[in-house]
Amino acid sequence: MLLSSFLLSAAIDVYKFDDPEKEKRFHQLAFELRCPKCQNQNIADSNAEIAQDLRTKIYQMLNADKNDNEIVDYMVERYGDFVLYEPRVKPQTYLLWYGPGLFLLLGLVVVVLIIRSRKKAYNDTHNHEPSLSNSEAKALDALLKTKQGKKQ
Amino acid sequence: MIPEIGEFALIIAFFLSVVLALVPMYGASTANDMWMSYAKPLAMGQFLFVIISFVCLGYAFSQDDFSVVYVAQHSNSQMPIQFKLSAIWGGHEGSLLLWALILTGWTFAVSRFSKALPLDMLARVLSVMGIVATGFISFLLITSSPFARYLPRFPADGADLNPLLQDFGLIVHPPMLYMGYVGFSVAFAFAIAALLSGRMDAAWARWARPWTNIAWAFLGMGITLGSWWAYYELGWGGWWFWDPVENASLMPWLVGTALVHSLAATEKRGVFKSWTLLLAIFAFSLSLLGTFLVRSGVLTSVHAFASDPERGFFILMLLAVTMGGSLTLYALKAPNVKSESSFSWLSREVLLLVNNVFLTVMAITVLLGTLYPLLIDALGQGKISVGPPYFNAVFVPIMCTMALAMGVSIAVRWRETTLQSVLNKLWKPAVLSILIGLGFPFIYGNGFDARVFLGISVGLWIISTVGTEFIGKFRNTQSITNRLRQLPLSYYGMMVAHVGVAVTAIGITLVTSYSEERDMSMHKGDTVEIAGYQFTFQGTHVVKGANYMADQATIEVVEDGQPVATLRPEKRRYNVKNAMMTEADIDASLFRDLYVALGEPLEQGAWAVRMHYKPYVRWLWLGGILMALGGLLTVADKRYRQSSPNQEARHA
Amino acid sequence: MPRVLLFVPLLLFMILAGFLWKGLSIDPRELPSALIDKPFPEFSLASLQQPDRILTKQDFLGQPVIVNVWATWCPSCRQEHEQLLVIDQTGEIPIIGLNYKDERDLALQWLQQLGNPYQFNIFDEQGMLGLDLGVYGAPETYLLDAQGIVRHRYVGVLTAQDWQELKLMIKGWDSVKN
Repeated sequence: MLLSSFLLSAAIDVYKFDDPEKEKRFHQLAFELRCPKCQNQNIADSNAEIAQDLRTKIYQMLNADKNDNEIVDYMVERYGDFVLYEPRVKPQTYLLWYGPGLFLLLGLVVVVLIIRSRKKAYNDTHNHEPSLSNSEAKALDALLKTKQGKKQ
Repeated sequence: MIPEIGEFALIIAFFLSVVLALVPMYGASTANDMWMSYAKPLAMGQFLFVIISFVCLGYAFSQDDFSVVYVAQHSNSQMPIQFKLSAIWGGHEGSLLLWALILTGWTFAVSRFSKALPLDMLARVLSVMGIVATGFISFLLITSSPFARYLPRFPADGADLNPLLQDFGLIVHPPMLYMGYVGFSVAFAFAIAALLSGRMDAAWARWARPWTNIAWAFLGMGITLGSWWAYYELGWGGWWFWDPVENASLMPWLVGTALVHSLAATEKRGVFKSWTLLLAIFAFSLSLLGTFLVRSGVLTSVHAFASDPERGFFILMLLAVTMGGSLTLYALKAPNVKSESSFSWLSREVLLLVNNVFLTVMAITVLLGTLYPLLIDALGQGKISVGPPYFNAVFVPIMCTMALAMGVSIAVRWRETTLQSVLNKLWKPAVLSILIGLGFPFIYGNGFDARVFLGISVGLWIISTVGTEFIGKFRNTQSITNRLRQLPLSYYGMMVAHVGVAVTAIGITLVTSYSEERDMSMHKGDTVEIAGYQFTFQGTHVVKGANYMADQATIEVVEDGQPVATLRPEKRRYNVKNAMMTEADIDASLFRDLYVALGEPLEQGAWAVRMHYKPYVRWLWLGGILMALGGLLTVADKRYRQSSPNQEARHA
Repeated sequence: MPRVLLFVPLLLFMILAGFLWKGLSIDPRELPSALIDKPFPEFSLASLQQPDRILTKQDFLGQPVIVNVWATWCPSCRQEHEQLLVIDQTGEIPIIGLNYKDERDLALQWLQQLGNPYQFNIFDEQGMLGLDLGVYGAPETYLLDAQGIVRHRYVGVLTAQDWQELKLMIKGWDSVKN
C-alpha cells in the first residue's frame, strides 16, 4: 500500500454543518467506525485515504438526512462487522456483552457462599468449647469491642 | 567490537541466570546452606552483566554505529542525543533488553533488601526470578538480539526513529511502565516460593507487600505517563483508546490493585491465603500475556512492535511454562484449609472480598474485550472489532459500583462492625455527595446531566468518606500534630491513593461531558470562540529544528479581553523519512487545557486548525500520580524498615 | 472446597493458550470481503480508454471474470502487473480493470508503457464504486462468477500462487455445472 509522505497525526477536516446536532453525530459516527485499513484507529483519527473517503461519505449522508442506523448499515454492508467498534448484540457476542455482568454476579454469589461456609465452619469448631455464662459472655464481648476500637 | 561485548555479556548473564534458577532452589529443597548462599552473588552477577550489555547498546547508539542492525533501524545521526539513547527501547529487541535489565535489577534489589527473610525463602524467591530471567535472556539471544550486525556492508545512516517517539514521553514512559510490569515478578516469586516451601502463613504476605506496592505504584505511574503522552503527542486530544497494548498494561494494574488489598487482608488477618497466592500468580501472568500480545502480531495495534510469529511462538512457550507451571503448582499445593478467624457480614474482610471481585471482573472484562476478536476469528466466525464504545459501556458501571463500595469500606472495621456505626459515619458524606452531584451540572454546565451527577457524586463520596474517617481520628486528641505523626504512613498512603481514584474519576467525568472542540478553516486574523475563549489565528512562519522543518502557527487566546496564552502548534516534516507530524501546543492549567493542533494548509493561505477546550483533564493524571504516591507512602511505613529478624518477630 | 476446584485456573489458562496458539497463524489485518456470495454492485461509469462509452455490470455478466482494482499511485500494482499479463496470456479468464481514484492521463500512459491485460477499464475517479465494493486500498482483486456474484477477494499483490488458487476455484465451478 502506498503512502506518498505518510502523516503521523490526527486528521483535521473542515466540514461545514448547518446543524450543530449533525456535527455532533458526525463526530460520534466517526468515533464509532473503524478504519478498515489502519492499525486499530477509528475513521476520525486516521489519515488514510479510505478513512477520508468514509468521512466524506458520512458527511454527505448526514446532509441527505439519513439517520445513524442507515449510515452504519451502509458501512457494514460494504466492509463487514469489522468496521464497528461497538459490536452488534447477536448470539456470537452474547458472551462479550453479558459476560461481565454475569461474572460480577457470579463473583458476588461466590463471596456470599464463602462467608456462609466460613461461619458454619467456625461455629462447628467452636461449638465444642465450654459455653460461657451470660456475664462471662458480656465481659468477653466488651473486651473484644475495646480491642477492635484500639486497632486502626 | 562493543556490540560483540554486549552480546557476550548477555550470554554470560544467561548462564548465571541458569545457575541462579537451579542451584539455590536445589539448596532450599535439600536444606543446604552453602548452595542457597549462592543466590545473592548470582543475582548481583546476573544484573551486572545485563548492565554491561545494556551499556554496550547505548554506546552503539551514541556513537551512531549503524553496522548494528537495531541501531540503523531506530536511529539517525541527526537525532538529538537524548532520543538516540531512549531509542534503545524504541523497538522490540532493545525494549526486551530493558525488560531483562529491570528484571535482573529487581532480583538484585530483592537480594539486597531482604535481611529479615529466612535463607531458604530468599533462595527460592531469587531462583524463581532466575527462571524468569533465563526465559527472557534466552528469548533475546535466540530470536531477538539487539546486537545483530549488517556486516560487511552497512548503511551510511540510520532509518530514523518514528517522529512520534522523538519526545520526552519516550524517555520516561517505557522505563516506568516496565518497572511496574516487571516488578510484579517479585510478588509472583514470593508466591511460588511460598507454595514450594509449604510455608503459606501470613509471613509471606508481609514480605511480599512492600515489593508489590512499589511495583504497583510504578505501573500506575507508567500508565498515567502513557496517557498523558498520547494526549499531547497524537494531536487529537484523546487520552485513552482501549487499544490492545494499553489494555495489556491496564490488566496487570487492575489485578495488582486487587493483590495490594488482598495482601493486606492476608497479612493482618491471615485470611484469603489461597486467593492471594492466585492473584500474585495472575498479576504477573497478565504482564507476560501483555508482552505476548504486544510482540506476537496476534492483535493489531498502533503501539505494537514489529510482529513476527516465530517470536510470538517463543513468548507463548514462555507463557505456557510460567503460567502452566505456576498454576499446576498452585492446584497441587495451595492451602485448602480455611483460616481460623471468622468475620461477620459487615466487616472489612467482606469489603475486601468485594473489592477483589470487582477488580478481577474488571480485569477479565478488559481481557475479554481485547481477545474477543481473536476468539471469534479463531472459531472461524469472521472478523469483528471491539473498541471504545464497548469498553466504556461495560467498564464504567462496574467502576461506579465499586466506588460506592470504596466509600463503605472506609467505615468498616476488621472482623465486624455494627450497621448502626456504619450508617452513622456514612450518612453525612452520602447526603453531601448526592446534593453536590445534583447541583454541579446546573452551576457548571447548562442543566442536569446524569453522567455528571453520577461521576461527581461518586468522586465526592470517596473523598468525603475518607475525609470523615480522617477527621474522626482527631476526636479525642489534645494535640493535633501528635496525632498526625502517630497515624501510620500506610494510613496516609491509603487515603492519598483512594483520593487519587476520586480525582481521576472526577477528571474523566468532567472532561468527557464538558469538552468542546472545533475544527475550522482559518485565515490570518480569523477568530473563533470556544467556551468563552477567543482563539485568533495569526498566520504561520517556518521554523527549523534539529532534524526537521516546520510550519509554526501563532494563535492568540483571549478571555474577557484579557490575553490568556499564545499557542504555537507546528506541522513538522522530519528530514530523514520525510514523515509529517503534527505537534500540538497546549496551555495547561489545573482546571482546563486549551489545546490547538495544526492540520493541512488549505487554499488562499488558510489552514485547518483544531481547537479544544478540555476542562479538568489534568485531574485525570493528577489522580494517577496520587495513586502512585499513595502506594509509595505505604511502603515507607516503618513497619517495613526492619533490619533484623528480632524486630520481625515482635510484629508477627 | 474440593481440591479439584483449584485446577480451574489451570484449565482456563490452557483454553486461553489454545486460542493464542491458533491466533499466531491468523493474520488479524486480513479482512475478507463483506460482499462474498453477494452480487457485484451496480454501477454506471465511463470507460478509461473510451470516455464516451458508459460501462455497467451488463458488460461483463455471463462468464466468470476477474476484477482488478489498481491505480498509478500504487507501487504494489506495478509489481503485480506482470502476473496480470501472464493471466491475460492464458486466455482462461477475462480481467476487468477498475482504475481507482486515478488520473486518466497517467492511467492511459501506464497501460501504454507496461501493457494492457484488461478487457476494458472502469474509470472510478471518485472511488464511489470502490466504496460500494468495500475496497480499502489498492491493489485488490475480485473473482466473480458468471452471475456476477463475488466469490473471492485478494488484497495486495496477486502472486502466481494466488493465480493457481483462482484456477482451482474456477475449475470447481465447472465440475459443479457438469
